[in-house]
Amino acid sequence: MAGKTLYDKVWDAHVVREEDDGTALLYIDRHFIHEVTSAQAFEGLKLAGRQPWRTQAILGVPDHNVPTTDRSGGIVDPVSRLQVDTLDKNCAEHGIVEFKMNDPRQGIVHVVGPEQGATLPGMTVVCGDSHTSTHGAFGALAFGIGTSEVEHVLATQCLVQKKSKNMRVTVKGVAGAGIEAKDIVLAIIGEIGTAGGTGYTIEFAGEAIRNLSMEGRMTVCNMAIEAGARAGMIGVDDTTIDYVMGRPFAPAPTDRNAARDAWLLLHSDADAHFDKEVVLDAAAIRPQVTWGTSPEMVAVINDVVPNPACESDPVKAAGMEKALAYMDIPAETPVSDICIDKVFIGSCTNSRIEDLRAAAAVIKGRQVADTIKLAMVVPGSGLVKRQAEQEGLDKIFRAAGFEWREPGCSMCLAMNADRLEPGERCASTSNRNFEGRQGQGGRTHLVSPAMAAAAALAGHFVDAREY
Amino acid sequence: MQKFTVVDGLVMPMDRPNVDTDAIVPKQYLKSIKRSGFGPILFDDWRYLDPGEADMVTAHRRPNPEFILNFPRYAGAEILIARENFGCGSSREHAVWALDDYGFRAVIAPSFGDIFYNNSFKNGFLPIRLPAEDVDVFFRECEPQEGYRLVVDLAEQTVTTPRGQAMRFEIDPFRKHCLLNGLDDIELTLQHADTIREYEGRRRKQAPWLFRG
Repeated sequence: MAGKTLYDKVWDAHVVREEDDGTALLYIDRHFIHEVTSAQAFEGLKLAGRQPWRTQAILGVPDHNVPTTDRSGGIVDPVSRLQVDTLDKNCAEHGIVEFKMNDPRQGIVHVVGPEQGATLPGMTVVCGDSHTSTHGAFGALAFGIGTSEVEHVLATQCLVQKKSKNMRVTVKGVAGAGIEAKDIVLAIIGEIGTAGGTGYTIEFAGEAIRNLSMEGRMTVCNMAIEAGARAGMIGVDDTTIDYVMGRPFAPAPTDRNAARDAWLLLHSDADAHFDKEVVLDAAAIRPQVTWGTSPEMVAVINDVVPNPACESDPVKAAGMEKALAYMDIPAETPVSDICIDKVFIGSCTNSRIEDLRAAAAVIKGRQVADTIKLAMVVPGSGLVKRQAEQEGLDKIFRAAGFEWREPGCSMCLAMNADRLEPGERCASTSNRNFEGRQGQGGRTHLVSPAMAAAAALAGHFVDAREY
Repeated sequence: MQKFTVVDGLVMPMDRPNVDTDAIVPKQYLKSIKRSGFGPILFDDWRYLDPGEADMVTAHRRPNPEFILNFPRYAGAEILIARENFGCGSSREHAVWALDDYGFRAVIAPSFGDIFYNNSFKNGFLPIRLPAEDVDVFFRECEPQEGYRLVVDLAEQTVTTPRGQAMRFEIDPFRKHCLLNGLDDIELTLQHADTIREYEGRRRKQAPWLFRG
């Protein structure tokens, strides 16, 4: 019998019962909630006269709607305020731990969870948010769910699931200096496409993945959903365990040895079967910049934007033409000729301390270009912000002309006041370059923190390794 | 949940790949704490010429006459045909609520975003996966033929064209059962509450750290 993949192992450990056709009732260890996708679920629960199954499994934090400017006066937008108040009310009513807007531990749910040790190896983790795949960096099975499933987990602590197929993406060798986790994951998406991982759980493996810090691994797993996979995972090693131990929700000292022993088994067996294997060479990966309206529309910094006329698949070519028209970029434009209006460093993809350090290293002692209307840094959590301030990173950003904001999702999806105006072009460290994602008519180019920082200085895309 | 059995419906084509859930329901409408009322803002950025805000009265807005949803011939459409990776991106169930509230009952595409696909079944809305060649047949036949309809029969797992060509689709038996009967799956899961408690008790001993905090 073939060995098990990491996904097989975590899946098998959580099957409560299984039907003959493979439909399983899967137990959920950790349920993160935020204000946007939970209100209707709590309402549904109430209407049906049900109670949450295990409130200790839940951790709540408002992130999508919160302002990133001064919060002392609360949220101005009444609709946003009602949504955040509703989360507060639901958490209070059921005794759910919540880090409210003005709590120093508040931040983006996918930054806060791991930071608190609330995400642990081998867990099943869900949240009404597609970027829940982030938590797979810890050898957890983590995926986004819709509001009906949020209600299902609240009511039963389980989900009805069919198992996905196994895919392994191996990034072999060592990435070059200045190549970040974001470049690696964008290169992967460029290779397999935004639907390449649909129906699969992707395990990221190989030396270049192993060499990443937990922050880098989270960036990679975060964007598994952008490759179509609901979940991305990375096997547990000492890097994982060293990150987790000692955090507030991590195992009590008496459980540490047992936990460590269990966690070190959380990797794919040597003879495990994968339904699909993809291999990339880390040494060949260059800094990435997306040019279109889907994360698979990506090019390297010293290349040109592709020409739809050279695409043989007519549906794909039509999609490329629509994207170029929306982005207002002629085919074959050199990537480094693309000028930008705004710079956003933040989001659940790239707002952790290491991301801020990488951007600050590029910026230190330099100035944002005159042509940039706004450059902003939005730390992923209050604790990331505090640490960055202790390291003096805020001073570097401010001195260069960046705004230094309060934590939240911010301009990744522009639900709060942070957004692009129609036609504005942004170098963004977020995860989606969809039409209108950062504001109606806005144009998004996805890049790493160092590349966003370098673009802010130059006013156009430029190879960050030159700084 | 509303049942899905047979739908004989007018077809609207959405001829672009990777239609993401941000395009189906833009973010400003996610501030709502309700499940209903999303029909008028379905495909909002494409559908209206003026930018939409959460508190706008849609009757006062300017429809984009070039967007397919606004073509008179597609008024009352119940079946959407789409290209690959429909519903990719954000987990927002609002996308399904909007399609359903507008009056769509099913969407046919070569592939779907996994979360969108899941969310659909929770709302009595049927996502149908068919090979790209089959979907292409519908696109080709639909365009020149005003009033083009398809018949979706869930029990038989078929989509039938006006000329009688039936394409068979695959669907998970459990999901099919729930949809045909309009079953509430929370209620079904709670029938196994004792099994869940047994599992929990076992795990609590094996891995107590999972039950902390």
